[in-house]
Amino acid sequence: MTVIGVIGAGVMGVGVAQNLAQTGHDVVLVDVSEQILTDALATIRQNCRMSRFLGGPALDADEVLSRISTGVGVDTVAKADIVIENVPENWETKRQVITELDAVCAPHTVFVINTSAIPITRLGAATSRPANVVGVHFMNPVPMKPAVELIPGFHTSTETVERTRALLAAMGKKAIDVRDACGFISNRISHVFMNEAANLVYEGVASAEAVDEVFRSCFGHPMGPLETADLIGVDTVLHSIEVIQQHYADDKYRPSPLLKQMTDAGLHGRKSGRGFYDYNN
Amino acid sequence: MSQSVSEQILAFVRGRFPQEQFDADQDIFQLGFVNSLFALELVMFIEKTFAITIETSELQIDNFRSANAMASLVTRHQPVGDAAVAV
Repeated sequence: MTVIGVIGAGVMGVGVAQNLAQTGHDVVLVDVSEQILTDALATIRQNCRMSRFLGGPALDADEVLSRISTGVGVDTVAKADIVIENVPENWETKRQVITELDAVCAPHTVFVINTSAIPITRLGAATSRPANVVGVHFMNPVPMKPAVELIPGFHTSTETVERTRALLAAMGKKAIDVRDACGFISNRISHVFMNEAANLVYEGVASAEAVDEVFRSCFGHPMGPLETADLIGVDTVLHSIEVIQQHYADDKYRPSPLLKQMTDAGLHGRKSGRGFYDYNN
Repeated sequence: MSQSVSEQILAFVRGRFPQEQFDADQDIFQLGFVNSLFALELVMFIEKTFAITIETSELQIDNFRSANAMASLVTRHQPVGDAAVAV
């Protein structure tokens, strides 16, 4: 039986662990404290309860949780065949975690980097096994989304890509192939939408409601770019567009002054109670 | 009591969509306002505000279609006898 390690029990790691467990995989979920892991299991139980109501499969939370064990520190996944890393989108954090994993895991272990922007080739180069390092950009909420971006680095082997594609298929995910370029397809486009939408509000051209209404009613998107920014976190959107701007050294990705001001003012979206919309009622 | 529950729920829904007109019997799902995020918010709001736990079997769209439907769900969880032991 393949054992899969999931590093990071934040929003993405919790979603990946749940998705794996509900599709019959044994998972070891890892973070830096017991409290985070306890909270993560409570979140998974709640998400299982809500699954059918939100259009997903009916899930037995006890059965899903029975396939997830937890541990503190990367040593816990030393025997895993595949490790999916979901730590924050910060180069130094990702580099440190992958270096630690490289030191404890068996040579055949595949490292899957869950990222929306970090270059896979660069992270692969931080390990002794660049052929076994591959990127997957999971979408949130992970168990509800039918597709991911699959990103081989420069040295990633065909075997690693196909092992990962098979795992993704077993999770119910279609893998969309993308070459290793900062922002891949999704963030390269979605963040320009969100950034330019913020500029329209900043310039007084339209309200946030009007911008989102155009996307919903005219383009048929389920959500507009500014409600999406509130969901992701305005500060996170700013950070991602800054990473893309720095990587390409291209001012077409210049962050909107409004995103900067809102980040400074603590208007981070749903998680802070207020962003482009007010959630405090 | 049921009326005030319905009014509280209606106020929550109106707060999220201040530009729209709702009444307590209106099917908010049919109006197209409910996405999965808002559905989740509704469940959280009701469980927190009225201190109840909605059973998985009750997590069905029919129980959340209107403010009155949600109020009925809440009152089914709040029989008079339970109030004394709620704390």
